[in-house]
Order: sequence, then structure tokens, then C-alpha cells
Amino acid sequence: MKGNWESVIGLEIHVQLNSESKIFSNAPTKFGSDQNLQACEVDLGMPGTLPVLNEKTIEKAIKFGVAINAEIAEKVGFARKNYFYPDLPKGYQISQLDDPIVGKGSIEIQLGDQEVKTIGITRAHLEEDAGKSVHDLFENETAIDLNRAGTPLLEIVSEPDMSNSEEAVAYLKKIHSIVCALEISDGNMSQGSMRCDANVSIRKKGDKKLGIRTELKNINSFKFVEKAINFEIKRQISCLEKGEKIVQETRLYDSTNDTTRSMRSKEEANDYRYFPEPDIIPIQIKSDQIARIKKELPELPDEKKERYINELGLSEYDARNITYDLELANFFEKTLVNIDDPKLVANWVLGDFSAILNKFDLNANNSKVDAVKFAELLTYLKEGKISGQAAKKVLENIWENRDISISESIQNLNLEQLSDDNEIEQIIEKVINDNPDQKKQFLSGKDRLFGFFVGQVMKESKGKANPKLVNEILKKKLV
Amino acid sequence: MALETLTLQEQIDGLREKKFSSVELVENYISVIENNKDLNVFISTDFEKAVEKAKKSDKSNNSQRNIALDGIPMVHKDIFCTRGIKTSCGSKMLDNFYPPYSATVVEKLEQAGSICLGKANMDEFAMGSSNETSFYGSVKNPLNLKKTPGGSSGGSAAAVAANFSSFSTGTDTGGSIRQPASFCGLAGIKPTYGRVSRYGMIAFASSLDQGGILAKNIKDTAIALQIISGYDPKDATSIKAKVPNFSVDCESNEFEHVVGLVTNLINSLGDEDLSVNYTKAIEKLEKLKIKTKEIELPNLELSLPVYYVIAPAECSANLSRYDGIRFGYRAENVDNLEDLYFKSRGEGFGNETKKRILIGTYCLSSGFYDAYYKKAQKIRNLISSDFVNAFKDVTAIMLPTTSGEAFDLGSITDPVEMYKQDIFTIPANLGGLPATSVPFGEKNKMPLGIQFIGNILEESSLLNISNKFQSGEK
Repeated sequence: MKGNWESVIGLEIHVQLNSESKIFSNAPTKFGSDQNLQACEVDLGMPGTLPVLNEKTIEKAIKFGVAINAEIAEKVGFARKNYFYPDLPKGYQISQLDDPIVGKGSIEIQLGDQEVKTIGITRAHLEEDAGKSVHDLFENETAIDLNRAGTPLLEIVSEPDMSNSEEAVAYLKKIHSIVCALEISDGNMSQGSMRCDANVSIRKKGDKKLGIRTELKNINSFKFVEKAINFEIKRQISCLEKGEKIVQETRLYDSTNDTTRSMRSKEEANDYRYFPEPDIIPIQIKSDQIARIKKELPELPDEKKERYINELGLSEYDARNITYDLELANFFEKTLVNIDDPKLVANWVLGDFSAILNKFDLNANNSKVDAVKFAELLTYLKEGKISGQAAKKVLENIWENRDISISESIQNLNLEQLSDDNEIEQIIEKVINDNPDQKKQFLSGKDRLFGFFVGQVMKESKGKANPKLVNEILKKKLV
Repeated sequence: MALETLTLQEQIDGLREKKFSSVELVENYISVIENNKDLNVFISTDFEKAVEKAKKSDKSNNSQRNIALDGIPMVHKDIFCTRGIKTSCGSKMLDNFYPPYSATVVEKLEQAGSICLGKANMDEFAMGSSNETSFYGSVKNPLNLKKTPGGSSGGSAAAVAANFSSFSTGTDTGGSIRQPASFCGLAGIKPTYGRVSRYGMIAFASSLDQGGILAKNIKDTAIALQIISGYDPKDATSIKAKVPNFSVDCESNEFEHVVGLVTNLINSLGDEDLSVNYTKAIEKLEKLKIKTKEIELPNLELSLPVYYVIAPAECSANLSRYDGIRFGYRAENVDNLEDLYFKSRGEGFGNETKKRILIGTYCLSSGFYDAYYKKAQKIRNLISSDFVNAFKDVTAIMLPTTSGEAFDLGSITDPVEMYKQDIFTIPANLGGLPATSVPFGEKNKMPLGIQFIGNILEESSLLNISNKFQSGEK
């Protein structure tokens, strides 16, 4: 970084827990129903209504705590965080202040192939989500949708242990993979199941004291975390280099214009007037509940990654990237059932398969091609019946046409690999005869012209010639 | 027969013995109510529906009335949500509020067969001791129209005192059942915090609010309390404990009592009339051969300041939901969101409510929290442990209910003087303890009350001593 600056980043991640009903009411939490149909009188904050804790959210929070080796509180109490906003029905949010359910813990993030960094987690606490203000439905009016109000959130607060956007993204992806593996959240970022605020500050390299920070709100994708933090680091450094001071404030990331803008300064910040929530008596967490959860913990991403490296022989890079995404990892393992070639499957799962998922904005578990068919496709490739290029075309073809079998698709697209020695020999002979000058040059020592001949053969065979055979036969014929 | 003067027990018996019908009871009450509208007891009534329900009750129960309060008319404080029926909490803010749900207390009383005649007037959001903070104007004391019936359950007390019903529901955050019971010559009980569900009871101060009963005598409060008590999964602070048979226990001979006295404390207050009445009450206990014991409640005097930190703090958050967005009063002609908040809350709340919201907001503000709220909680714990210690030696504690008789409407203008009304009643709320007020003595031709405080969940013993005291020879 120029001018010897370094950035310090901490993240607050809000994870929507996947309980069926809300944290303090019986209303369902399902995403996408019509406005205000999933809000009961408790969610609406109607007079006389009272919150009753959904104990399943406690169980899910403990799972997370145990997974990051954190202390679990013996006593879990809630607090009221007071502020006025139209989509906050009670005028306060029920959250936790002094007795967060999850205390100090940590996770490791991998940077490159070798470097591992430990990121501290300060705490994680339970709270209720607010509703949504909808500004574009009616002209000059704001509509309120309270379907989301009362959805359980686990707010995970990190230490300021990250020093650039790459680490922040790696940390966020790791948390995402952990909550998905624990099955405590659907982790769907586009539906807001995971949202993130970033605290960013800049200091001179080597300084012990932290610089003045800004808080970036409302970041809801891995890409935006990277962009928002990068923008903010640049902005702060340019301020400091101009001799200006950083103002402690909350800034909103605007993804459309890739910029951050001031929302409110420290002076305008709310005094939340926290006090213990009198409607909910603090609950005691028993040590046998924690022990049971520990015992029932599913395989975590780190364990899965180690298994992929040690038992399946994957590279650290491939293992890490597959295990970031639980659904992708599940698809990977299901594919392996029918084709025993982990490296090949890993390459394809991370490569063309991920690319086509991204193109259609889908997750591995709603892939248009199931793992059995995918394994069949890779078997064709492995056995040399089709080329890699052809396999990619087949994948696209069967993606769009669910009912077509692989062999039909290969036939329809005329992609069957040419593996007949005689036919290949004939093509090669034709190519050599057509290019006598190049043959002369090659024989006089211009080795790199070998590639030219391969290319010509492939062209002549419309890409269908088996490259391995082409190489072998060419070597013989060119001598 | 003057049906309206009967006690709840007498009405239950009379209906079972077919001395009169539920329709006769209801229609009789309606005519008494129509003739006494100047008392300003009700915020809303639905007589048509009441008569209809009474008819149904009479029809379906020709053989025998086997649910507890079948066909019995009653009155709800307008703090309890009633499905489809206006529930104002004494405030302009909720003048247009028709809840789509009923309070658990309301549902339980409905299931027991009782018939609600109307919703009783009250201090706005239960903040007041004279019923003068109501948006609907003050209620008059039926015993003397110049005087207050007390508050905040003033309408509920006046309803029973004026023979509009044999019992009514009330709520008690710092004395709001016991003080009006005392001012109107009635019995009242605030049970243990958590004994009665708070679901659908509009919150003032959540850690102190508790629903209860006002009636002509302790036995009647026991009968009605029986109905509304019990664990409610909709209220996380309600207690999972078996509900004893209060009306049986109330008249049982099985209870042994040692009543704790604070004679020194009462005498130290320098109010001769108060000391005299307290002494007379002690003499009555002696006549009834009930054991007594002098006890110490060293932190009792701190109750009032502690209460006026905790209650406003909780109310400041509880009343934030009245913002003009989803329900309740909404100001018109506003410029923006902030203006909507300011005007809706500014116009919708009365002065006393605003004052308490301000006090509470101040006490919770950053920099003041430790000095006010946190300290108040610490002292509250001290007061609770004073009670725990006292109840090692005694089964009940006797205190005056109020320091004096009902005062003239409009006569107390100093807010601190008004707050002092609750000086003897607040401690039971801070400790979460059950407490009754029993009519005893009089001053200036107005009734006075004696208060008994029981141990946690010991309503049976408390009702028993209160009943002995009330029904013992004068």
C-alpha cells in the first residue's frame, strides 16, 4: 500500500437463523410471501402483546459457538435497544447486550496456499430482525412490510483482525461455510440471509493505536464486501494524504455506483438506551445441552477440507474452494459415487460446473444436471470418448434440455471423439502433404512447429480427433 | 330484591338456585348504570351484546350452571384487550384501537361464562392515582361525587362501589388496584407477579404490572382470581405453578398466621390519624387471636424513588410503539417522518404520560444509566431481600393501604404529592409479592383500607388472613 498505510477491518455479520417460526412469536419465517402476511400481532408490536423466546434459536446459536470453540454463556439475557424507525414496530429491538450467548472464539482463514491466519470472534448474540421499508411501491409514500420483523438473527462480531478486503472476503466465506455446514442458516445472501457491516480504519504501518473508523452498512454479497472495503480504504487514505481527518460515521455502500456515502455522524448516532428486557426472564444454559450439541456437530468445513486433501488427494486450493460452499461439496461427493477420480471431478466442479451455475444464478443443489448424469459425462471424458471442449458443450446442452441423455447429446452435437488410428493417420498424412515447407523447417530443427501440425489436424477433424492419438501418430509420421 | 347489591357469591348461588336469571341480573345492572352516567365510569359499553349473552346463558343452562361464572356480569378495566371492542387504555392515542385479539384474562373470564358489561375508565396508560389523567375525564367516587375513586383502576373501583357489577378486573403497577379499593371501601387483590398472565394487558411497566380483582369482599376476589390465574405460554414471565383453590382456602381454618407489623415505621411518619387506624387494626388482629410480630423493613422508604426510576424507564420503551405508523392516533398534515412522530405522540399522549416517558428516557440515557436505572435495580434487590428476611418469621405483613382517605378531585396539583399516594403499595410491586387491600376504618366519612402483603405464590394464606380480618367482628 502506498505511503506506508495499513488498513484494519472488523466485520459484523448478521446471519438469519433458519428456524421455522420467528424468534419471539409463532409467525412463520418463510421468505417471499405477500407483504405483511407473515406478521402476527406480536411482530406488529400491538399493545399488550408479549415476546416468547423460540428456544430453537438458542440451540442454533450454541451450535455456532461450539463450532468456533467459543465460550457459551451460562445465563442468556436479552435487552431492549431503543430507537424509532417505521419498520421497527415496538420502537425497540430485542437484542443482547451484557450476556451474549456466544463469547470469545476464533476461526482460521487460508490466504494463498501456505499462509493461515487466525481471526478472533469477539461475540455472537441473538436478536430480532426489523421489517422492511419499501420506497418504490407508491409515489411519495413509504410502505412497510413486516414479514421479516422478528426473524431470528445471530450477529457475529469479529475482532479487528483483518488487514485487507481479501481477508475480509475469506473470513466472510468461512463464516458462510460454517453456518451452512451447521445447517443453522440457509446462507442465501441474495435473499438477505447473511448481511454484513464492515468497520474500516487506516493507520500508519507499525502504529499500535487504531485509526478512526467508519462503519459500512448494508453489504450483502462477497463481491460487494470486497468492493466496499477497497473503496473505503482508498477514500480514507486519500483523505489522510490530503491532511484531512477521518470522521467517525456510518456510511452506506451503494453498489450501483460502487461508492460509499455518509449516513450519519457520531454526533447524530442514536443513544440506544439499552436496558434488560423485562418481558423475558434470563434462561440458564445447561452444560449437558452444550455437551450434546458438541457430540452431534456435523463435519465442519475445515475437517472436510482436510479429508479432501488427505483422503482424496486434492490440492489445498481445490479443497478449500469446494468446502467454502457446502452445496457444491455435497454435489462433488455425490458425483464421486459414480466416478472415482476426485481430481478430475474437482476441476470440473470448480471450473465449468461453477461457471454454468453462476451464469444461471443457481446453487449446486438446484443444478439442472444431477450428480449421476454429471458423473456419466465425466466418464465419457475420462474414457476418451469425447474431448474436454466437447464435454463442455454437452454440459451446456443437457443443462438446457433435461430429457436428453449424454449419448444423445453427443450424437446430436456430432461430438464423438475420433479415436480410429487409420482415420487419424489419413488426416495427418493429408496435413503433412499440404504443408511441405513447414515439414522441411520442422525437420531442420524448428521443434515448435509441432504445435502447428497438431492445430491443423484438429482443425481438419473439426476438433474431434483424440489429441493423445494425434500426438503419437504425428511424432511417428514427421520423422 | 336489589340484585345489584348482591355479592359475587350471592349471585352465583342465586343463579344456580334459579332465584333470578342472568338476563334479570344484566338488565338490572344496565338500568343502574343508565341512572348513574355522571360517575363517568365507562369508556365503552355494549349492553346489547351483554343481554344477548345473558339470554344464551340462561337458555343453555336450564338444568345447572356448571361453569364457574356462568351468566355473571362484570366489568373490565380498559387496559385489557378485548377482540373487536375498543381498548383505549384511557388514552387519546388508542381512542381508535380495536384489537384483533383478547387478553388472556379476558378469554379466561369469557370461558368461565362471565358477561362483560363494559370497559372501565382509568388513568392514561395506568399512570395516575386519581383517575384524573384519563383522556375521557375523571371518574367520580360513588361514595362522594366530589372525590376521586383513586387510580389508576378508578373506573373498576367505582363500578363495584356504585353497584354496576359485583366484581371488576384491574391492574396494579404501584398500587392501582389497592388504592382505589381503599378509596371506594372495597376489597382488592394484586397477586404474585407472574400469577396472572399479562398477555393482552397493555404494558405500563412490564416488571411491575400485574392484573387482579376488585370486589365487595375478599371472598369474591378469591372466586374471580381463581379464574384469571395460571401459567400462560404467551407470557414468558408467567409462573408455571399449580393454582390452589382460592375460594376454599380463603375460608379455611387450616392456616396459621403470624402477621408482621411495622409500628415504629408508621409512628415515625408523624401522621396521627394513620397511626390510630394502624393501632386499631393491630387491636383487631389481637381480638381475632392472630399472632403478630414486629419486623424491620429497613429499605422500605426507598421504594418510592426506586419505583419512579424503574417504572418510567420501562414505560419509555413500552410506549415507543405508539408512533402513528401502524395503529392508534396519527397526526394529520405532517411534513415528514420526524414530524409524524412528534405530532402523533405530542397530540396523542397526555401530560402525565409524556412526563413519565421523559423521566424514563432520561434515566436510561448514556451517562445516566448507572446513576439511575442500575442503582434503582440494586435497591430493588435490597427491598426484595428485606421481604425475604421478613417472611422467614411471618406469614403476612400488615401496612396501611394509603396514608389517607379519598381526596377531592383536582385538589392535588403537586406531582410529588400525587406520587406519594403509592408509598405503602409500591413495595409489594417491587418485590413481586401478592397484596390485598381490605376496608378498615374511616376518615372524614370516607373509607380507609388496610393492606396485607403475602409471600410469593402464597395467595391462599394471604386471602385467608385478609378474609379473617374483613369478616371478623368489627
